[in-house]
Amino acid sequence: MTRLIDLRLGLFLAALFAVTVLAPLATTLPSTSALNLPSYLIPLMGKYLCYALLAVALDLCWGYAGILSLGHGAFFALGGYAMGMHLMREIGARGVYANPELPDFMVFLGWTELPWFWYGFDMFWFAAVMALAVPGLLAFVFGWFAFRSRVSGVYLSIITQALTFALLLAFFRNDMGFGGNNGLTDFRDVLGFSLSAPSTRIALFVLTAVALAGCMLLARAITISKAGKVLVAVRDAESRTRFLGYRVESYSVFVFTVSAMMAGLAGALYVPQVGIINPGEFAPANSIEIVVWVALGGRGTLVGAAIGALVVVALKSWLTATFPDLWLFALGGLFILVTLALPNGLLGLVDRLKPRKAKPATEVPA
Amino acid sequence: MTPGLIGAPLNVAQLYLDGVCRSFDGFKAINGLSLAVEKGELRAVIGPNGAGKTTMMDIITGKTRPDEGKVVWNGDTDLTRIDEAGVARLGIGRKFQKPTVFETHSVEDNIRLALKAPRGVFPVLFDRRSAEENRRVTEYLDRIRLTHLRAETAANLSHGQKQWLEIGMLLAQEPQLLLVDEPAAGMTDAETMETAELLKSIAGERTVIVVEHDMDFVRALNCRVTVLHQGSVLAEGSLDHVSAREDVIEVYLGR
Ligand SMILES: Nc1ncnc2c1ncn2[C@@H]1O[C@H](COP(=O)(O)OP(=O)(O)OP(=O)(O)O)[C@@H](O)[C@H]1O
Ligand SMILES: [Mg+2]
Repeated sequence: MTRLIDLRLGLFLAALFAVTVLAPLATTLPSTSALNLPSYLIPLMGKYLCYALLAVALDLCWGYAGILSLGHGAFFALGGYAMGMHLMREIGARGVYANPELPDFMVFLGWTELPWFWYGFDMFWFAAVMALAVPGLLAFVFGWFAFRSRVSGVYLSIITQALTFALLLAFFRNDMGFGGNNGLTDFRDVLGFSLSAPSTRIALFVLTAVALAGCMLLARAITISKAGKVLVAVRDAESRTRFLGYRVESYSVFVFTVSAMMAGLAGALYVPQVGIINPGEFAPANSIEIVVWVALGGRGTLVGAAIGALVVVALKSWLTATFPDLWLFALGGLFILVTLALPNGLLGLVDRLKPRKAKPATEVPA
Repeated sequence: MTPGLIGAPLNVAQLYLDGVCRSFDGFKAINGLSLAVEKGELRAVIGPNGAGKTTMMDIITGKTRPDEGKVVWNGDTDLTRIDEAGVARLGIGRKFQKPTVFETHSVEDNIRLALKAPRGVFPVLFDRRSAEENRRVTEYLDRIRLTHLRAETAANLSHGQKQWLEIGMLLAQEPQLLLVDEPAAGMTDAETMETAELLKSIAGERTVIVVEHDMDFVRALNCRVTVLHQGSVLAEGSLDHVSAREDVIEVYLGR
């Protein structure tokens, strides 16, 4: 039986654990210490972990089930908006217009009443549920129609890209009621804790790390289960799987929905740490970037996807700060490099460098 | 019994194709094909390339919808309205002409995925590997003589071994009807004969329809033969009977 935590995942989780414990500790060191970590870096690290979680989500459906979604940014953004709506409501009367009920942008637009779809978002638990339910439901309905009509491959990629583009346009409109162009921002606190307080930042960071670890374990559990094997079977020989009696569309919808919910969770954790969510998150290029992370790290490995996200995002921060014009070329170059030279990504490279392992011993039946 | 169908076939036939037609871009790949196969029967289907043998299997298994005609299963179910997974769940298994196994899975997992068991997402997700399941996997692996390659990735198998593996997967499904498309391709002569023996041993308990070009193989099956030509039945009977017919020799055997 395949183990839930293999060497790779074990190493990754151990490293994640170490960072999660050490980074907050390092912020408490005196600022004269060489090991001091400025507190403002904690949300940045938290943001990176959100991206890693998003990459794991995409890898679950692309790497294992072969569903190349070019719209995962949309699920991420929807999760982010759900949390952002709660944070907006939590500002309450402390906004510029001091309206206890309406967020500033609504007052600015001259609205007098909270739109119905904002009801309930004053409660944290409701927003948290919505951050998972909305992306999950969208993925379920979208997937149900797409997979039942046997849309797959390039066509599926194109319609997922169209989905995120449509949402981008919709969320840009002021009368959609999500803050239009500016999105949602100026958040104050979450569950009564100030978002700028170092302790809140640390708590959010730790929570993100826990979510990442939890989702990686969940994704791993799915992929090593018999259903995970069916997913790979679908990827390898779809019609063979059907003729064995498996309803391929059910499996695809299932994994697509779980993956979208993970992406929504990543978005919900991202927003309080970054302090803003705007329609730019729906940009088609964002979704493509996620694919690059996964491809670079090594698709179908989960750990590789997370590492790919961390590497590319770090590279992006560095490049956009030092050579702002180069980033898009670098991203394109990376994509070409991965496709041509690293079909199995960074993890594949590591595997190739390792001395060839002896053939695994025949598994003994339990 | 559906009115309008004549004669005995419907009473005994497990599978009954009635006037099935299917064209591709105006080309009639299947043209008024009628065929009845009894429960437990072993039936060989032969015919020249492009006669429509594979297309016939596609129609039975729900992959291709006929333009006209019915495919009746056990006298009461019209298979043309059911999707592939549904047909498979009714107990109809299929081996492809081009051997198709799950290349990235181990030999063992290929069999495991085929084992007769619930196919829904959630039962499969929470499926725990049991000792009983392992025993069944081993049983089928022994039967196709791939036990020693149990942990091998299927992609590393030879063409013939993939054929065996796919036959093993077919058996593991425990179907009532097995549709076997050119099983002997890529096998040695000895293996070909073994395959014939295997299929003969399965028939009786299960119904088997085999498509094959290898005449020694068909002879070894020693069963009723249907000759397809241009999408319909040209002749039917024992191999000696059909191979004596002028028209069969002309379109197929004589070439
Ligand atoms: N999906 C399809 N689209 C177009 N043409 C098709 C399709 N499937 C089958 N055909 C055509 O139908 C005809 C019958 O093909 P089929 O594969 O059933 O023949 P066959 O008897 O299995 O031949 P072979 O012995 O070569 O396997 C062929 O001319 C083939 O090109
Ligand atoms: Mg054929």
